This record gives sequence, C-alpha cells and structure tokens, in this order.
Amino acid sequence: MPAVSKGDGMRGLAVFISDIRNCKSKEAEIKRINKELANIRSKFKGDKALDGYSKKKYVCKLLFIFLLGHDIDFGHMEAVNLLSSNRYTEKQIGYLFISVLVNSNSELIRLINNAIKNDLASRNPTFMGLALHCIANVGSREMAEAFAGEIPKILVAGDTMDSVKQSAALCLLRLYRASPDLVPMGDWTSRVVHLLNDQHLGVVTAATSLITTLAQKNPEEFKTSVSLAVSRLSRIVTSASTDLQDYTYYFVPAPWLSVKLLRLLQCYPPPDPAVRGRLTECLETILNKAQEPPKSKKVQHSNAKNAVLFEAISLIIHHDSEPNLLVRACNQLGQFLQHRETNLRYLALESMCTLASSEFSHEAVKTHIDTVINALKTERDVSVRQRAVDLLYAMCDRSNAQQIVAEMLSYLETADYSIREEIVLKVAILAEKYAVDYTWYVDTILNLIRIAGDYVSEEVWYRVIQIVINRDDVQGYAAKTVFEALQAPACHENLVKVGGYILGEFGNLIAGDPRSSPLIQFDLLHSKFHLCSVPTRALLLSTYIKFVNLFPEVKTTIQDVLRSDSQLKNADVELQQRAVEYLRLSSVASTDILATVLEEMPPFPERESSILAKLKKKKGPSTVTDLEEAKRERSVDVNGAPEPAPASASAASTPSPSADLLGLGAAPPAPTGPPPSAGGLLVDVFSDSASAVAPLAPGSEDNFARFVCKNNGVLFENQLLQIGLKSEFRQNLGRMFIFYGNKTSTQFLNFTPTLICADDLQANLNLQTKPVDPTVDGGAQVQQVVNIECVSDFTEAPVLNIQFRYGGTFQNVSVKLPITLNKFFQPTEMASQDFFQRWKQLSNPQQEVQSIFKAKHPMDTEITKAKLLLGRSSDLGQHSLKKLILTLQTLWALASSTPKPPRLDACCVWSRICKLRCTGSRCAQARTLFPRGYVTYCRSSFNPMQAVGLCVLFPCVSATLGDHTAHSTMEHLSTCTSSLGPGRGWDTKGLLTGTTAGLPVQGGPGSMKSRQPVVQSTN
Amino acid sequence: MQFMLLFSRRGKLRLQKWYVPLSDKEKKKITRELVQTVLARKPKMCSFLEWRDLKIVYRRYASLYFCCAIEDQDNELITLEIIHRYVELLDKCFGSVCELDIFNFEKAYFILDEFLLGGEVQETSKKNVLKAIEQADLLQEEAETPRSVLEEIGLT
Repeated sequence: MPAVSKGDGMRGLAVFISDIRNCKSKEAEIKRINKELANIRSKFKGDKALDGYSKKKYVCKLLFIFLLGHDIDFGHMEAVNLLSSNRYTEKQIGYLFISVLVNSNSELIRLINNAIKNDLASRNPTFMGLALHCIANVGSREMAEAFAGEIPKILVAGDTMDSVKQSAALCLLRLYRASPDLVPMGDWTSRVVHLLNDQHLGVVTAATSLITTLAQKNPEEFKTSVSLAVSRLSRIVTSASTDLQDYTYYFVPAPWLSVKLLRLLQCYPPPDPAVRGRLTECLETILNKAQEPPKSKKVQHSNAKNAVLFEAISLIIHHDSEPNLLVRACNQLGQFLQHRETNLRYLALESMCTLASSEFSHEAVKTHIDTVINALKTERDVSVRQRAVDLLYAMCDRSNAQQIVAEMLSYLETADYSIREEIVLKVAILAEKYAVDYTWYVDTILNLIRIAGDYVSEEVWYRVIQIVINRDDVQGYAAKTVFEALQAPACHENLVKVGGYILGEFGNLIAGDPRSSPLIQFDLLHSKFHLCSVPTRALLLSTYIKFVNLFPEVKTTIQDVLRSDSQLKNADVELQQRAVEYLRLSSVASTDILATVLEEMPPFPERESSILAKLKKKKGPSTVTDLEEAKRERSVDVNGAPEPAPASASAASTPSPSADLLGLGAAPPAPTGPPPSAGGLLVDVFSDSASAVAPLAPGSEDNFARFVCKNNGVLFENQLLQIGLKSEFRQNLGRMFIFYGNKTSTQFLNFTPTLICADDLQANLNLQTKPVDPTVDGGAQVQQVVNIECVSDFTEAPVLNIQFRYGGTFQNVSVKLPITLNKFFQPTEMASQDFFQRWKQLSNPQQEVQSIFKAKHPMDTEITKAKLLLGRSSDLGQHSLKKLILTLQTLWALASSTPKPPRLDACCVWSRICKLRCTGSRCAQARTLFPRGYVTYCRSSFNPMQAVGLCVLFPCVSATLGDHTAHSTMEHLSTCTSSLGPGRGWDTKGLLTGTTAGLPVQGGPGSMKSRQPVVQSTN
Repeated sequence: MQFMLLFSRRGKLRLQKWYVPLSDKEKKKITRELVQTVLARKPKMCSFLEWRDLKIVYRRYASLYFCCAIEDQDNELITLEIIHRYVELLDKCFGSVCELDIFNFEKAYFILDEFLLGGEVQETSKKNVLKAIEQADLLQEEAETPRSVLEEIGLT
C-alpha cells in the first residue's frame, strides 16, 4: 500500500492511481480507465444523491484521468456543485477541476461566476484566495467582464489580508494581459503604486509584477513607481542577509523581488539626478557583491546572486548612459565567460551581445574576442556555441572582421546543421560590410560555397555577383578565382552558378592566359552542365551565348552544343526556348548586334543587402545587434511602415535566374510627388486612389494588379477573412460576385462591407449592391453581387471597406476593388481605309492632345540597352505576334528594372515606338532609345493595328510588375492580338473619348485624337 | 512565465500548468515537442535553450524534469531558482518529490498556486506558502469524518 500523507483521506483515489501505475500495458491502462469512467458515470447518474466527499473523490479521479491525457466530457456540473460546498477541500477540488478543464458552456460559466462571486464576498481569506486563484488560472474574457471591476477594490481595500492582496494583484495582472480593454485605469492605480512601500514583502513582490506590466502600457500613470522602486531596491541590497528573514534565499536578500524591481525600472529612462544617484549606488553595490567571496557553496546561492546581477546589467545596458557602469558590467561578464558553470557562460555570452551594441562598451567587449573564439571551438553544448556566434557577429567591426570571419568559416566546417544557414548569412554580411579589399570578399564567399554550399541561399550568391559587377577592380580576380574553384572535381551547384555568371561576364579578362583559354573555360563549365538542375542549366545557356559574343572562336562549338537534341528538344520549356533563341541569335545577328545585345551587365543600383533582410527575417530584429540597425528597426515600428521588400520575395518564384539578379520583383520606388495627371494618361488608372477608410491592406496592391487581366480569383486573405471575386463584363456593364469567407470557427458580427467611390469616380462609375447579412457564421461564406455600369472613363478604382466584430475586437479591412477601365474595352471591326480615314479626320485642335514634360530621371541609353538583354530581346520567333510579345516583354523588363519611376517613361517610349513603326520613319530617333538590332529587326514586318492594340494594353503591363502577372498579361495579350485580323482597331464603345497613345476611336461627340507625349530627356 | 511542465525521465507528463490560453491540441503538441527536446539533452549541457520565440529553463531532480517556458526578457537564473523553491516546497509537503509521480497530484497543484499565480511569483517565503497549505490541511482534517477502510477500498 502506498503511504498516504496526512490529511488526505481519498483512499479510493490512491487505490485507483496505484492500479494505473501497475498497469503493464497501455491497453490495460485504458481498460482500467474505461472501467473507472463507467463507474463514475453511473454514480453521477444514479438515483442516490452523492455526498460531498464522494463527489470530490470522483471529480478528482476524473481530473487525474484527464491529466493522463484522456478526454473528459462529463463531471463539470458535479465540479461546479463542489464550489458551493462549505468544506474547504471539496471547494478546492472543485476549483482545481474548473481551472484545468474550463468549458465554454455558458450556463456553466454563469454558475461558476456565481460561486466565485459568493466566495469573494465571503470575507473568508482562504475562500477568497481560492476564488482569485481560479480567476487567475482561467483568465477568460467572461471572467474579466465579471470581475475586472471588483478585483482592484479588493486589492487596495485597507482591511484585505496580505495573502488575498497578493492573489488579487496577480489575478488582475492575468486579466489585464488577456483583456486589457476590460481593466480601465482609475483611482486605484495610485494606491497600487504605494504597495511598493508595503511592509509585507510578499505583497510587494506580487504588486511589482502587476505594476511592471501596467507601466509598460501606461508609463505616465505609474511614473511615481520609479523612485519608490529605487528606494525599495536600495533597502534590499544594503540589508544584511538575515534582515529579511524568510525572504532571504540562500543568503541572498529577496532575489525575486530585486529582479522584479530592476525589471520595473527598465520600463523607464534613467531617472532624475537625485534618484539616479541612489540607483547608481544600488547598481554599484550589486556589482561589488559579485566580487565578494560566496557566502555559500550551494549553486542556489550563486544563481540567486547572479540572477540579480544579470538583471542589474540589463538595466545598465538599457539606460546606456553610464560609461563607468557599462565597462564594469562588461568586465564582470568577461569573468563569467570562463566560469565553470555552463549556465553562466551561456548568459554572459548572451548579455555581452547587447553590450557590444553600446558605443561605451563596444571596445571593452572586443577585448574578449579570444575567449569567445575559444568558446566557439571548445563548448560542448550547441546552444552555447550559438551564443558565441551571435556575440562574434555583434562585436565585429573593421578592425577584427578578418579574424572573426576566418574563425566563423573554420567553425562552419564542423558546425551543427541547425545553425549553418545562419552562420552563412552572418559571414556573408560581415564579409561585405567590412570588406576593404574586395578580393578578400570574393574569396570568403567562394569559401562559404565550398564549405557549406547547401546552406548558401540565393541571396548570398546574388549578392556576390552584384558586387563583382559593380566593382571593376575585382572582376579579373573574381574570374580567375571562380575558374580555379571550378576545377575541383566536385563542386557545389551554387559555385557553378556564380562561376557561370562571372565567366559569362568577365571570362575575357582571363582568356589571355593559355591555361584559361576560351575553349578551356567553356569545356570546364560544360563539364558541369549535365549534373546541374534546370535553373542552373538555363543560366549556363546564357553564359554560352555571352561566350559567343566574347569569344568568336568558340562560336561553332557552342552552336553545336545548342543545336544538339538534348538542348533543342529538351523537355523543359525554358531550356528549349533559350536554346532555340540563342542558336538563332548567334546565327542571324551580326557581330555588331551581338556586341550590343550581349553587352556586359550594367552596375546594379545600390540597395540594402537582401541578405541582411533575410537574416532579420530568420532571427527577428532583436538579434541583429548593430546599433544603427536596431534604431532603424525601431523607427520602422513606430511608423508602422513595412520594410522595403527584400529582393528575395520575388526570387523564389521566378523561373529565370539571370533575371532575378536584378530583383525585378522588388517594389518600384514610390512616386515622389502627385502623379502628372495633365496628360491624362491611362497609367493613372493604376495610381493609388486617394480615398480609403482604413489604410489599404498590405499585399492588396499586388492582388489588385493581378486582377487587371483576370476576372476571378482571391482578392484578399488574412487569418480571419477571405475575399474571392468572380466577375463578368459586357460592353459598358459588368457584374461582380464578391464572396466573403469566414475562416475562423467564430461568428463575425455587424459584418458590413461598404463600397466607396471617390467623388470624381462616382460620376463615372455606377455601382449598385444590396447589403449582406450582418452575421457570418464560422466557416461560412456569404455572397454579395455588385452591378457595375461604366458611364464614362475613369482612373481610380473603388475601395471595398469591410468592418466587423470578431471575438469582441473590431476589424476594419480595406481593399481596392479591381474594376479598371480595360474591363470595358471592346474590339471593333474596321477596314483599314476606314481606319485611316477616321484617323485623318481627327485633326481639329480640340481633338488633339499633346503634352510635353521633362523626364524626371535621365534616360541612360547604355543602361537601357543593357537592360533589354533581360527580356532576351533577340526576338527570333517565326511570326510577328511572337515578336510583339517579346517586344512587350522587353519593355516590361525595362519598365520594372529601371531603378527610378519607370512607368510613365516606359509608356511614352512604347507609344513612341509604335508611332515610329506605324509610319516607318524616324528610325534614327528610335536608335537612341533602343538597340539597333532590335529596331531594325522589328521593323521588317509590322502590323500597325497590332501595335495600336498593344498600346492600349501596355499600361496594364506596366502596372503589373509582379512576374506572375506579367506572365498572365502575356497570355491575355496573345489571345487579344491573335484575334485581330488585318485592319482591326480597338474601341471602347464610346466610353473612351480622349485617349492617349494614338488609340483610334469611333467617332462620337467630343472625340479627340491624342498625340504621343514627347519625352524630353534631361540627359 | 508561459507554462510549466513536470515530466518523468520516461517522458510521462506529471504536471502541467499553462499561464497563457492555448487549445488542448496546441498544449499536447508543445508538450510532445518539448519533452523530446529536453530529454535528448545531455547532463552537462546548460539549462537554458531557445525554443520557438521562448526561452526554456529546465532542471532535473532525480527522475523528474521541471521545465519552464519564459519570455525573451525574463531572467533565466531566477527561473531556475523558482523551480528549486518549488521542489523544496514539494519536499516539505511530501517528504520526497518522487512521490509526486504517484499520489497527491492535486496537492502539487495547490502548492504551485500558492507559490506562482498567473505566471508570476506570488509568495517567495517558504514559511508563508507552507502556512497556507497547512491551514488547508487543518481545515481538511476538521472536516473529515472517519471512514472505515472497507468503505474506502470497497466498491469506490
């Protein structure tokens, strides 16, 4: 028989527990439990009323079964009955059951709350304590609603017992954390602050936790707590170890309270001079005590003492104002770095990380570099080594970068798999940030790839290429180094990528050496080709065509390779297309054209390293300890502005790796001023609308763009709500079905979607809809129909604002509804004579629009030319449609890759080129904008009608900067253009009168012909 | 503190206390994951580890693991001593902590509630906590009416 401790009479329970313990198998245990459950069920259902003792025993058994991991679906009512028992132990078990197995059954909650209310009013401190514990354990919103008003009163009442005050303080804290809106600040707050002066240290301990949490959100209300906390702390740290009696823990006076007080002080900046002096004394005392010999050998003594010390150091770092204290803290941590306790070494490394970011202690931290490197090599615990890596990263600056990077690299060879990727990112960042000599940088990154190629993410190798391209002084070295590295019999695919790219650009710089002649370079790369994945092979094909330009002597070899069946008939479309196009390009283009088309990449625009963004994403902002970084993070938080999108966001999904390098998917820079609307360009359709109720939901802009050429799909999605669209348009009318899906299991209340049209939009676009049911059940979907009529042309899109209540919180979402002008476009049949006749008729002065404006940014022909490579503009397709699509692709690439606002420029360029093509004149002008080969090639067979049609579509393309959307636009475009017979034009059913870009319109009152905007380059 | 778990060396959960609202499914998942992680660690390793966005502080007493999850800015060492103080309290009440494995599981919860509430230390004085528990015991004995052993073991 097991020993039953005194006072516990539930022998039946003990027997049951020991039965369970003696069960030999899981099955036997389940059998025993089911037997017991059946027994309890029958007792609860039986006719004989159970006495309190039995009820308690059975409820306790149920609880035990639940804690073993089995589901319990009855017994709640019996437990609630126990709450109203007058016997302490019965009440206690009842509360325990409720705390562990809360059920959202509303009837039950009412009963529970009633029982709690009675106990709180009982004035019996033990019962009050139980009731408060229960509220603190459950902490539900219902309980907050019922008791948040009552508990502060209990807390500050003069006659409340100390133990009840303690429970009340922490109970209130729990409710505040769960539902801050239900715990309003009031008169009680100032009295709570004075609990810091309470004689009972237990009360002070509990109250300090409460005050700390409240002060974080309401610093003004609680600022008097600072001086009280300092004087309390001062009394504690100067007390003799016996003064505080039972609050002294292994000779350390009130360690828990000290830690909490120091924590509270971290909610505030350094206090006024008077208080500050006292605080500094306290902190010095704590630092001094760390040097004293220990009063006990027990680990508890040192832990408690050091807990206070670390908290004091946190406060010193937080204030970051006393150089003297900072340096002392650093020295203290330095001692801990070599302590025999692993725990202390771990904490010292962690704490030093934050010290490294203070300007006062950065140098002091650096003196410990050897110890930290040693820790990296010798610590047996991976979590400690991880801290060492973090600290090395934090203490790195120009003076020690080479050493630290070298150590991290050598550690990488044996590092745990779990932290490799992070180390790779850190090394890459440090190498770039502190590179004086870029050959060192190139070596480091190539080493990274060699040692941990699998952990080198795309951002890392993109970055090395960007840097090599931007710095001429390192290009030759880079080419030589990758060439050597590639000679290793087995090299990582990432190295092949970097090698392929760099040799394609700069292979000529080492071709003079017979050991790395063009043919050897090519053979070396091609020997890796078949082992690589599709994206890498695609990249290598681009390298080959670049070789054709760089080294005419290997042209035939490369053509043979391109011509082979494994390329031309490759199952992968991307590879096949590249092979076909490159082969054609190499055979039809003159050397001149090749030289232009395949010219060296232009420098990349400087921007924040995408690697840094990735590290931040991976580790959270707190670990990027660079001081400036931290500050910038903070300011970003304050403004609520999202970080600039890292280039990596787009990289993952795009199929063409060479294009990714430019970060085409990166968001275009925001327009600096109001859009130049004077021209009335179609592009204005896509400029941001001015009116919105809630700020537009992040990401909705992307979705909006996706809908320009699409009618169905998901417009918006977050954790709660999904909005789907289905729409159809005919002539000037349209109908849109909006589907609101509740993704949660809880009802949305007061669900009200509203359509908002800006004033000028209202006149041009008629939207009619019926209100939807204000409640949306969990998991349900409701539909709303919007009837749309386009009265006149418009530029902005209506905004859909949705407001509802979810679980008591108010939700407000705004998204732009994708109703754009192009939805109402209509093709129209027209013989070519008719067309030109109409075109010529549009010659009245009112029917012409011309706007001349200065380009905001210089149009660098060199850059433009090079950028054109991106779209692989060597349009070699068989018919003109393909050519046009390629043209558009090219323009799209141009539009999205030019660093400065490209939309308007690209559009103008486009319309201009159309005009040139239409008339077949002014070729020379076009040459200033586009590479020769390109223009001459396109000109040969050109259908003006198609160009005009594309003209209209182009703004759509320029607005859809995402790769995916561009793709779908292309598809859309191809269907549009292929349906155009000769002599067909485009019309918008009298909706569009004055248009841009030479769009021919059917005559109507006030029809206007517009002229192409003329770009005046500032160049 | 976000939660505290006590489990045996064989991975059996003995006590769980959650100070943040989580669904049962999540609790089970967290428990499974943590028990595995902690049991896999070697004896000399440090008592802290980063886990998700929390810090785990754990310590082993005989065959029982005590494991607390605290937030980023919380103090690891003082949490370690919270565990120790709780062990001392259990020791005082039960004589030996191992017995917690078997009996009086409800009492372990009561003691914890007196010591920690809402995830924060409520009362650090051992005397005061024990006083509260003893008072309860006293109340209990007064209330208890003697019962025959047969009735106890009988068909209960």
